[in-house]
Amino acid sequence: MTDNRQQTSDVSQKPAGIVTLTVPSHPRYLYVVRSALYPLILDAGFPKKEARKVILAVDEACSNIIRHAYDGDPAQTITVTVEDGADSFVVRLRDYGRKVDRAAIAPRDLKDIRPGGLGTHFISQVFETVNYDTSTGQGTLLTLEKKKQQVKA
Amino acid sequence: MNVEITLEKIGPGHLMLLKGDVDMNTSPDVRNGMAEVFKQPGGKVLVINLSGVRYMDSSGIATLVEAMQNCMKQGMKLRLAELSPSVRDVFELARLSSIFEIFATAGEAQAGL
Repeated sequence: MTDNRQQTSDVSQKPAGIVTLTVPSHPRYLYVVRSALYPLILDAGFPKKEARKVILAVDEACSNIIRHAYDGDPAQTITVTVEDGADSFVVRLRDYGRKVDRAAIAPRDLKDIRPGGLGTHFISQVFETVNYDTSTGQGTLLTLEKKKQQVKA
Repeated sequence: MNVEITLEKIGPGHLMLLKGDVDMNTSPDVRNGMAEVFKQPGGKVLVINLSGVRYMDSSGIATLVEAMQNCMKQGMKLRLAELSPSVRDVFELARLSSIFEIFATAGEAQAGL
């Protein structure tokens, strides 16, 4: 005979989940990434408002990959890996285009009202850790990490 | 994912209703829609109703900043109305709420001109 109460308890102590999604580097697939991310962020315990900001930041990072790493070439790929850990929510974005020039990445002054250049600002506002790894062969592995303690506080 | 753009002539100018996602994929369509407005001289205001915008990214913000600059060149006002929660989030992050004229309803945005 199965002890249902025990089963329920085991399910609540879920292991860290990892979800991987690969999309073409065409802007029309950005909504696919957003749609896939939203339930995962809510499931990780973030409130809706915070979930929307996380989606915005990841979307901006994907847009930057399309624009800068692939120069708008829609025939390449972006692989998104989401890890819902015990203490943090981690999104990794892997591209195989031009490596990021870390020296050229800097959020612009918001007092400078002009079109463009806000994406990097959004990413650094939303995630505590933003790491560009260019040591892994071709392209860049971008790791974005958000601590769950920030949500509980 | 597309964006629906509806343009309507109103007493003091133009009303644009956006519905859908305004992102890197659809911002060029929104920019083209705004270009239609700027081809028509004589308006005092461009009101953009954002109640149907489910998502907006920095390219959408850039499009609105361009619209504001074009309105200024033509002596028009740009007024934003009925910001959806997602649009409010991106305005908050970009600290843009004080830059644009923002109204609770499209009707209020057309008043006093």
